[in-house]
Amino acid sequence: MKSMIGVINLDHELDVLSELTYFRCGAAVPFAGRYRLIDFVMSNMMHSGVEDIALFVRRKYRSLLDHLGEGGPWDLDRKRGGLFILPPDWNDPSDVSIGEMQHIYNNLDFFERGPAPHIVYSGSQHLGSVDFSAAYEYHIQQGADVTLIYSTPEELLPEHRPCVRLDVAEDGRVTDIHHEQDNRNIYMEMFIMEKNLFLQLVNQCIAHQESHVFRDAIQKNRHKLKIAAYQHTGYHAVINSLESYYRNSLELLNPDTFHALFDPQPVLTKIKYEVPAKYLEGAQVNHSLVANGCQIDGQVENSILFRGVKVKEGARIHNSIIMQKCVIEEGVVLENVILDKDVRITAGIKLQGDVRKPYVVAKDTVI
Amino acid sequence: MKRKEMVAMLLAGGQGKRLKSLTRNLAKPAVYFGGTYRIIDFPLSNCANSGIDTVGVLTQYEPLVLHSYIGVGSDWDLDRKNGGVFVLPPYEREDGTTWYRGTADAIFRNLKFIEQYNPEHVLILSGDHIYKMNYDRMLQYHKEKNADCTISVVNVSMEEATRFGILNTEDDLRIYEFEEKPAQPKSTLASMGVYIFRWEMLREYLLMNVRNPDTTHDFGKDIIPLMLEENRTLYAYPFEGYWKDVGTVQSLWEGNMDLLSEHPKLDLNDPDWRIYTRNPNQPAQYIAPLAKVSNCMINEGCRVYGEVRQSVLFYGVEVGEGSVITDSVIMPKVKIGRNVTIHRAIVTENMVIPDGSVIGPQGEDDSEIRLISEEEADVSPEATGSH
Repeated sequence: MKSMIGVINLDHELDVLSELTYFRCGAAVPFAGRYRLIDFVMSNMMHSGVEDIALFVRRKYRSLLDHLGEGGPWDLDRKRGGLFILPPDWNDPSDVSIGEMQHIYNNLDFFERGPAPHIVYSGSQHLGSVDFSAAYEYHIQQGADVTLIYSTPEELLPEHRPCVRLDVAEDGRVTDIHHEQDNRNIYMEMFIMEKNLFLQLVNQCIAHQESHVFRDAIQKNRHKLKIAAYQHTGYHAVINSLESYYRNSLELLNPDTFHALFDPQPVLTKIKYEVPAKYLEGAQVNHSLVANGCQIDGQVENSILFRGVKVKEGARIHNSIIMQKCVIEEGVVLENVILDKDVRITAGIKLQGDVRKPYVVAKDTVI
Repeated sequence: MKRKEMVAMLLAGGQGKRLKSLTRNLAKPAVYFGGTYRIIDFPLSNCANSGIDTVGVLTQYEPLVLHSYIGVGSDWDLDRKNGGVFVLPPYEREDGTTWYRGTADAIFRNLKFIEQYNPEHVLILSGDHIYKMNYDRMLQYHKEKNADCTISVVNVSMEEATRFGILNTEDDLRIYEFEEKPAQPKSTLASMGVYIFRWEMLREYLLMNVRNPDTTHDFGKDIIPLMLEENRTLYAYPFEGYWKDVGTVQSLWEGNMDLLSEHPKLDLNDPDWRIYTRNPNQPAQYIAPLAKVSNCMINEGCRVYGEVRQSVLFYGVEVGEGSVITDSVIMPKVKIGRNVTIHRAIVTENMVIPDGSVIGPQGEDDSEIRLISEEEADVSPEATGSH
């Protein structure tokens, strides 16, 4: 089924996760014990039959490149098509495009060569098990110019504040797009559009020195375009601040939330050959997610341990997120803490953050 | 084809009857081990880590799972342009259809495969042992000794020696005698079933063997004894690390239990010698608020609500509230209900254990290991296939 080519646009995403995004873009931030944020949209596209994906990156994408490789885990290491990581390297002196438009203008080849007539466009900050093929069918059935994907959370949270809202009429059409805070229809920064129309709108934007795909090509034309709204039900988390990262991570410890994210379809990620997690004599682990390669001889509660973490005897970890290959030595106490990769906490140290404001330790630190 | 110094031939056709229903529909090398692996991962990873990039895998019994598991070999980095892993089942030829009649016959039938690479040496491996071994070091030894054949050996206890092929050697480890399962062992050097032959020499013996009407077509019973009789240079290569034949339910269970100590003899967590396997792609494991886990290995995709002690859980296993799993091996995607007790058992893939079941010996002195599968148990398996 070659109905859609995929675009994952990371250009406009700010690196807002403090220490976690000092050296990597938001899409490469580790999540849920063994994934990175980008894995969710990659897996959704894969399960929806998308066989060509372009990734627009601008900053701090080294670890993202390392993670994605040739796209093997998502079955995108193909002879024809597959994954195209398109960094900003453009040298056309006649190019007048600015902002996000630069990516599209300078990679027209990708759009022209992809055999599919439609594009599915997404960022990486909205997590969920989104079924793009169902959204595509809805798009065709509605006869829409563009279909925006949104969800309606039961409760508005601080991370929803910067999100775009949709007014959706009873026939499923979008009547307005705005930032009114009391509207609960949160636009998930994902849309489906016919490729030719998309390129036409982009050309107009470039001609008018406009810079932002969604705002300038869709939102400004909202009264001219037939815009449909596809409602995603099920898990939806927005990761656009350290607080939202921390809270949404720990919420995965609720089995219902966990099922909602991982059970509809598998989430794929770069393969590491780790041994199963090992619990030693002194292990006391409760209400936690633990990835392979961990070796635990201490107490872990209400926490997430990424791959290859060592927790030595007598250490206590509570309400914390410990990333890959951290070493927590004897007698350490961690509460409301996020440790980035390769952090070593030496014996007897105590670190404490607040439930609302976790204490973050940057990559490769020894304390 | 570029000449290879050494090509590996992995014998993976055996049924492994002593593993009972574990191998009813599965070749022994495909049996699960160690929470995430299959037995064949060990020789394949050893090859990859030893720099051997051309491996023929000889299959025969129940090959489907094994073939699809090996695939193009990318999980072991054996998807190569020149070389790589090749699955070699028996095939029909002009002179008729026969199965592999023995280990030597299996190699003989794949002469053409080996000749493509015109190797100096051939490494013969079997797919039923758990060990980490650098075959390149053995090759260096084989070359230093200028041997026609080098056989890797482990030192076993005198009682165990009666179960193995025992090599009797001179002081310099030159072999003068090979006894298959001797009643009165003269030494405790047991063959690991890992041989390096000079290819030219082996080829000669294989051709001789196939013309001999009076043969079992076996390395241990025919080829090695004949080479000794003809005074060829055979050396024993002493192997020091962990080695385990996991050919019985009991030894498979023991092998898994051996992994549970804090510093196991078989270190699977060695970044310099990774054991590669096909990744089932499961999310992190969930340990519930009331769960208790200690002295165990648990794989991703598990959801543990009960108690697990001194056990190995493969991926996707669920342990319900109030259940207690001790001294057991639980294979992939087993669903264990609530208030279940499992002690000293191996539970096979996809089984569903109903609430309240009691499995395994409950007294102290019973040493038997229960095998719980569709056939042995009054519990029903879920109607799903493996991954």
